[in-house]
Amino acid sequence: MKKLINEAANVVREALEGIEAAHGDRLRVSLEPFYVVRGDAPRAGKVGLVSGGGSGHEPMHGGYVGRGMLDAACPGQIFTSPTPDQIFAASKAVNGGAGVLHIVKNYTGDVMNFELAAEMLRDDGVAVESVLVDDDVAVENSLYTAGRRGVGLTVLMEKLLGAAAEDGATLASLKKLGESIRAAGRSMGMALTACTVPQAGKPSFTLAEDEMEVGIGIHGEPGRRRAKLATADEITVMLMEPILRDLPFESGDEILLFVNGMGGTPLIELYIIYRKAAEIAAQQGLKVVRNLVGSYITSLEMSGCSITLLRMTEELIKLWDAPVDTPAWKNCRLTIGKPGAG
Amino acid sequence: MTELTVDRVRSWIEAAGVLIEENKALLTDLDTAIGDGDHGTNMSRGWAAVRKKLDATPAADVGAMLRLVGMTLLSTVGGAAGPLYGGFFLAMAKTTAGKATLARTEIGEAFAAGLDDIRRRGKAVVGDKTMVDALTPAVEAFVSVCSADLRAASRAAADAARAGAEGTTPLQARKGRASYLGERSIGHQDPGATSSWLLLEALASVCGAGNE
Repeated sequence: MKKLINEAANVVREALEGIEAAHGDRLRVSLEPFYVVRGDAPRAGKVGLVSGGGSGHEPMHGGYVGRGMLDAACPGQIFTSPTPDQIFAASKAVNGGAGVLHIVKNYTGDVMNFELAAEMLRDDGVAVESVLVDDDVAVENSLYTAGRRGVGLTVLMEKLLGAAAEDGATLASLKKLGESIRAAGRSMGMALTACTVPQAGKPSFTLAEDEMEVGIGIHGEPGRRRAKLATADEITVMLMEPILRDLPFESGDEILLFVNGMGGTPLIELYIIYRKAAEIAAQQGLKVVRNLVGSYITSLEMSGCSITLLRMTEELIKLWDAPVDTPAWKNCRLTIGKPGAG
Repeated sequence: MTELTVDRVRSWIEAAGVLIEENKALLTDLDTAIGDGDHGTNMSRGWAAVRKKLDATPAADVGAMLRLVGMTLLSTVGGAAGPLYGGFFLAMAKTTAGKATLARTEIGEAFAAGLDDIRRRGKAVVGDKTMVDALTPAVEAFVSVCSADLRAASRAAADAARAGAEGTTPLQARKGRASYLGERSIGHQDPGATSSWLLLEALASVCGAGNE
């Protein structure tokens, strides 16, 4: 395995130390336990937005800490949910008296650890709500699975709730907004190559030169099925069809189209995927009012992509356009004129 | 041997840590096939932290020791295994609070409480292809041995855990990350069931009933 690391066991710690060195002017990094918070936290009267999960998905979540997005992020070991004490400490650090909202991706470990932390916080007099993200259509939501995975929609959720929280929304209204976003977004992903967790030392699965995995998650696990390598256009169809069918998205819907790189895929390829996805959206009578293209929720160096569609409203468009200032995402665009103007 | 003293519980925990470390690569491989490959690393890190904590903290009684194990696992393992194994030991700690020694029935009650915590927290049942598939027959075997002798009970538990773990191979996962794979999870032994077996194997060795 070739990686830009020192000792495999120190990857997460050293990355956090690097983040502190790079962004210490705007973030506070805790190394015991691991978490990252906005430099100006706690903000009195503002709901504290807290998320977290395994490391290995950067820039999510630590790169999204700052004005207009997350107040705190809790990084676990690679692909491993953070522990309750991390989440508890981070939540306390950003509790401005208006409560704390946890954005939780639907994985067994994440759900359990966030629930334990929420119990601890409530015992400590902190109001806590949580929003679950479970947008992945590749997994059937049934009694026979752990439920749908939280993937690309998580990034959009953090931006949108972040804007609302920055604007002074209450805990209850953020929870309501989060649930409506959860219900309106769907995703699916695929991989051309696996990834290698540093401490495991070898790839999480092996694909031949002419194979790909369809219906992957973000933790290097195999997907729903293996398929023969297809063209970018064919792959886009394979991802878009189940997404469109599932909500379902309907002609006339205004949507946000998010093409995400898994970490190892170059931007030039993501734009080829976007081209076809936009064409399919148009064919379906969907109006793409906003978009996002890039590697925003990754799986180390896995190559591949995921697509997320979110049905938008006027409110969500405004929140999307709101200023955001984090290490990974800065947008200080001014919206002059009617909402939706570029 | 008819009872576990604080020292013997300590030996069990140490032996468990050794077995986890020795089988780290196996757990990694199993979790790579149907998960995200971190079970071996997470368990190794957690049990190393447990060892360090126990070395630094003399335990007053069995309950206090098991509580320390549970809290340490909870704060170091992460993932689903952290809360599940952490909760397992914390539940055992509750039933053994203040006790200096445990007789067979008390150990059985502690295990049953631990298993109950895992089942409530993880909501898995036998057949879901999880640690529950190893721990359920193990606890049943332990309490069924009608002798005060821990050798027979611990050996029966370890054997049952092993059979349970190996029995997960043909199952389709209905819980956890493996469940995302659907039918592709069939044909692979569950890593959580495997680490559970290792814990019981460690107990058997401490009770004088170790294999080879």
